Formats: sequence, structure tokens, C-alpha cells
Amino acid sequence: MNNIIVLPLIIPIMTAVILVFLRRDVVLQRIIALTTMIFVIGISILLLQFIQTDGILKIDFSGWLPPFGILFVADSFSILMVTTSSIVASICLIYAFSTIGNRHEDMFFYPLVLFLVAGVNGSFLTGDIFNLFVCFEVMLLASYVLIALGGEKIQLRESLKYVLINVVTSWIFLIALAFLYGTLKTLNMAHIAQRVAEVGQDPLITTVAILFLIVFSIKAGLLLFFWLPGSYTVPPTAVQALFAALLTKVGVYALIRTFTLMFPLNQEVTHTLIGIMAGLTIIAGCMGALSGKDVYTISTYNVIIGVGFILIGLAVNTEAGISGAIYYLIHDMVAKALLFLIIGTMVFLTGETVVKRMSGLIQYYPLFGWMYFIVLLALIGVPPFSGFVGKILIGQGTIEAGSFVLLAIGFASSIIVLYSLLRIFLASFFGETTVSEEDKKPIPKSAMLSFILLTLSIIYIGVGAESLSPYVQDAARTLMNPSIYIDAILGEGL
Amino acid sequence: MKVNDVILRTIVKGVVLIILTLGVYLFFSGHNAPGGGFIGGLVLGSAIVLLYITYDIETIQRKMPFDFKKVAALGVLLTTGTAIGSLYFNVPFLSQTDGYFQIPILGEKHLTTVTIFEAGVALTVIGTLVTIILSISEDD
Amino acid sequence: MESLMVLLVGVLVSVGTYLILSRNIIRIILGTAVLSHAVHLLILTVGGLKTGDVPLLGHSSGPYTDALPQALILTAIVISFATTAFLLVLAYRMYKTNGTDDVSELRGMPDE
Repeated sequence: MNNIIVLPLIIPIMTAVILVFLRRDVVLQRIIALTTMIFVIGISILLLQFIQTDGILKIDFSGWLPPFGILFVADSFSILMVTTSSIVASICLIYAFSTIGNRHEDMFFYPLVLFLVAGVNGSFLTGDIFNLFVCFEVMLLASYVLIALGGEKIQLRESLKYVLINVVTSWIFLIALAFLYGTLKTLNMAHIAQRVAEVGQDPLITTVAILFLIVFSIKAGLLLFFWLPGSYTVPPTAVQALFAALLTKVGVYALIRTFTLMFPLNQEVTHTLIGIMAGLTIIAGCMGALSGKDVYTISTYNVIIGVGFILIGLAVNTEAGISGAIYYLIHDMVAKALLFLIIGTMVFLTGETVVKRMSGLIQYYPLFGWMYFIVLLALIGVPPFSGFVGKILIGQGTIEAGSFVLLAIGFASSIIVLYSLLRIFLASFFGETTVSEEDKKPIPKSAMLSFILLTLSIIYIGVGAESLSPYVQDAARTLMNPSIYIDAILGEGL
Repeated sequence: MKVNDVILRTIVKGVVLIILTLGVYLFFSGHNAPGGGFIGGLVLGSAIVLLYITYDIETIQRKMPFDFKKVAALGVLLTTGTAIGSLYFNVPFLSQTDGYFQIPILGEKHLTTVTIFEAGVALTVIGTLVTIILSISEDD
Repeated sequence: MESLMVLLVGVLVSVGTYLILSRNIIRIILGTAVLSHAVHLLILTVGGLKTGDVPLLGHSSGPYTDALPQALILTAIVISFATTAFLLVLAYRMYKTNGTDDVSELRGMPDE
């Protein structure tokens, strides 16, 4: 019985509920939340090993065989995502311990983060597209509250926009689901894939696919990212890092899953469209990052560039491209979390958000400054850090597919990323310090610990790429050959 | 402001009983007829909200000293608890079981674990509904 | 019957869109509620409208209706209930902090 697959979803939910009863006991809440996350990380690493030996695992809820019941599926791709997101979320929790403040902690901050993690893990693991919608909503509801928590004027305004945009997106998601059910009469992803393969991808199904593309693009920040810079700047730093690391990546995951498994047949339309959108996203993101004057704007536009770059890998749809996208996805989750934590800490230390008004931070905080430099190198893709392997593989994929425009855009964006982040590094870390010796604030110990952990992960993903590669290759192989997935799910059912 | 609401108060006393009965009826009929935890919980919750509207918050809080956030949390715990209980018996997640039991006075009854699950849903709905209404109407 | 339902869905969508584009926050929230009803009807319609019995074994001899769209709608209703509830609380807090229910008055940065 593969009941272990549901644990990354159900354990955070149950712990979150228990934490509601411990509202006043903040220290106990911290301990329980962190223990839960470590437990989830342990389970997902265990699952990753199981998949390598036993192939794709699945659990049919309540014993209803697919395609009749809903189910959770664990393949290498989804479990890699679960592992990375759980690790990043636990490190963000460690950062939150010392920075988030009592006002958040007894307003159910930890339960909400755990609900968010549950929703994210559920979205990665589910094998039923309606269930994906439900998990998305669990994640989004938690994120709505996390954005609004604190209740400042600007937070309320941005969260209203964020909620409304997501409500409309979920509405489009439901329409897409309705048409999908109307045409194929099934919602199980493997079964959809099988039926699409049987009847061919006629224009109606392609239209449904494009509806899904719109939905997931809004969630991922692919081209339709107009909502992203505003709403990612208002919540506290730990929440920003969680959002930057997890929320858009769930959209990216859904895009990759949908267009490799369910709608792979009409690539001239769908994958070309994804390619164009990815290219435009990178260009627009670069413009935003170049024009930004404050650190938040620059870093949020870097999230957008990252999303565009990952989806180049999906657009070219070769094995190298897809494995590059997976590598880069893992790297991007870790690196963006570290970038946002560092940026947030810079704002906390100086009280300024504009790049020009900060300077000389490296004199007081040398380790902090050099860790920023490492994340900068990782985001550009300098070896031996985490971004390198992903960039090379995506580059190889574009060359194989002959998409030289995407190749050029993708690698040109690295230079823009370098420029925009180096500007912060030179202006804010070097030069005369603006803060006097007496006024300098210490960086809290747990914040420092979280930076170090994330930096170590970045170095590990870069240097230890060899040890990750069997998992990533297995994930890419499954994505490129949907029949493996379909057989694993429907093998005994139909 | 002093409002003369004798009629409202008197009627509500009777009406709340009827609503509560309807809620319980809907809750139990959910097994194989329209009804169930969600709709039953909504009806039960609306009865409580009606009480809050008729009398003031303090009076009701004195009579019903629950923290409705915790009621909702208890509901989720009950629901997930039944779902995860199947792990203990080594059957698929969310499995249900049922059986016929001889109960004194009532006679033979059909009992299922779904009812516990649905009770969790109902508690969650009641808790959420009342919490929302209270958080909107807390100050005046 | 299907075409009638589709027309109804269309009317609901246009009403919802109109409401969501207005400036009053309560109207916006009502708009999202109407939109969600529209899509629930759509799910019901594309699932196929036919007369039949509840799909319970031993309850009747059929023909049975498709229960799945109804299950989907119930789930979607619960989710839209939660979202609408959150939006209402948010709107109330916003009214309390800003003293207005007009979203166009929320523009601008706090330091301007």
C-alpha cells in the first residue's frame, strides 16, 4: 500500500490544525512546525529512493481504481519538486523565527505556512486535474491570508488585487475543466492523455489546452505577470521568499505536466505559443529589472526572467531541454528564496528600499555580502554554482531544436540579470557606509543560519549535480515518454 | 440605541429550534439522499448566526463559550483524522467502512465512518461561517 | 434545454463581468459570486442534461445520471464559499482602514 504518498499533503494540514489550538505558545508552534517540515523532507527523500527502484508510485484514494477515483501519483519530477519546496519552505521558516514578529506569530502564521506547503505539495503530487484545481485553491487561500496578514493599507490594496486576479483565473480554470470534461468525459490526467492520444488532438482540445495555458501562465507569471511585482513586494520578507520560491513554480510545474503529458500532439500551436510567451516574458522581465530603482522591483522582475527561462526548456521539448528545465526549476526555487531573504534583510538593516541610498553594507556584514555575491553568480549560471547545469542543458535543447532566437534571448537575459544584480552589489555593499558603528543592527542568528543553509544548497546543486542527475534524468525520461506514466496509472485499471 | 425587538426575540427562540432540527436532519440524510455535512453545517451555522443577530455577541458568548476558530480546527482535525485513520488499517487513504450494529432502544442501525468524516465537515463549516460573521461584526 | 442553459450562462457571465468592472467593492464581490455560479451551470451543462435516477446501486434500475459534474460543482461551491468569505472580510477591513468602498480611491503610493 502506497499510503506514504499522501503524507506530504496530510501531515502539514494536520499539524497546521493542531497549531491553531496552540495559538499563544509561540515557541512550541515553532518547534512543531519545523519538526513537521523536516519530517516531510525525510518522507520525500525516501519516496525519491522508492521511485528509483519501483518506478512510478500511485495511491488510489479509498481504493477506487483510476479513472473513476482520484489519486496521487509520485514520479521523479513531482517528488523532486516536493523535496525542493519542502526544503526551501523549512529554511524560510527558520528565517521567520527571528524576523516575523509576534504580531504575525499569534495570528496563525505557522498554520498558514503549513497550509501553503500542503497545497503546494498536493499540486505536485495529484494525478487528477480537478484535484489539481482544489490543491491550487488550498495553496491560494493560504497565500491570500499571508499577503493580507498585518493589515497595512498597502497590503490590503495589493491583496485585493491579488485575490481578484486569482479568483478570475480560477474561474477560467473551471471553464477549461468544464470543456475538458465535456469533450473527453474524464479528469484523470493519465486517462486524458490516453484519450487525446486515441482520438488525436482536434482543434477543440487544442483550444482547451490554450485555456489551460492561460490559467497556468497567470499563476506562473509567464507573460501574464502584471499582478506579480505589486503583490510580491508587500508581505514580510519570509513570506515574499516563500511566494517567490514556491507559488510561481507550481504554475511552471503544472505547465510542464500539462503540455508534456496531456496535450503533446499539437506542438506547432501550443509549444510555439509557449516559446513566444517565454521569449516575451524574458524581454519584459529584463526591461523591468533594468528600469527598477528599488531592490524589490529588481528582484521580482528577476523571478519573471527565471520563469521565462525555465519555459524555454518546455517550448523546445527535447529531452535535454526538459531536464535543463527541471534542473533550473530546482535551482531557481533555492536561489530565488535566498535572493529574497537577502534583499529583505538589506531593507531591514538600512531601512531603505532604493538601491542608491544603501551603501557599504559589506564592511559590517562581510559574510552576508559574499553570500549575496554567490547567489548572483548562481543566477547568472556561473559554474560551480546551481544555475550552470540548467542553463547549459536548456541551451543544448534549444540548439537541438534549432530555436536560435530563444537561445539568444535566454543567454542575453543572463547578462541583464548580471547587470541588474551587480548594480545592487556595487552600490549597496561597497562604498562608504551610511550607517554609523553605533547604529548598526545585528543580523539575527536564525536569519544567518537560513542564508548559510540556502547557500550550501546552491553549492550542492552546482557541485553535486552528478548525484542529482539520475533523478533528473528519470524525471525527464518520464516526461518525454508519457506512455510510461499512462501505463503506470492505468495499467491495471483498463 | 434601544430597539424594541420583543417580537424578533420571541420568534427566534422557536425558529432556531426548527432550523437546528432541519440542520441535523439534513446532516444525517446525506448518506443516500440530498444533504450531508456541508449543507447541514451551513444550516446549523446560520441558526447560530441568527442568534448572534438577535441577541448581542456578549450574551451568546456567555451561553456558548466556544472559540469558533477552534471549532473549525476541530472539524478539520476530525476529517483528516478519519481520512488518515485508514493508514493504520493498511487500506488506501480515505477508505471508508460500514456495518450494521445492534443498538439498545434504537434497534439495528447502519453506521459508517463517513458520518464521522461528514461531522468534521459540518463542524468546519459552522466554525468558519460564524468566525467570518463575527469578524465582520465585532465592532460598531 | 442545453441551448437555454448556455444562454443563461452567457447572461450570468455578462452580469458578473459588468459587476466586477465597477468601482464599488461590494459589487465586485457580488460579481465574482455570479461568475462562479455561471461556471457551475456550465459544468452541469457540458456534463450532459438528461433525466435519470441517482447513481446508487440497488436504488433504482436506471437510467442513471452522471454524478461527477455534481461532485465537481459541490467542490467548486465550497471553494468559492471560502474565497467569497475571505473577500468579504478583506473588503470590510479595507473599508475600516481607508474609509471608502470605492476601489479607484485606493490608487497611489502611501508616501505620495
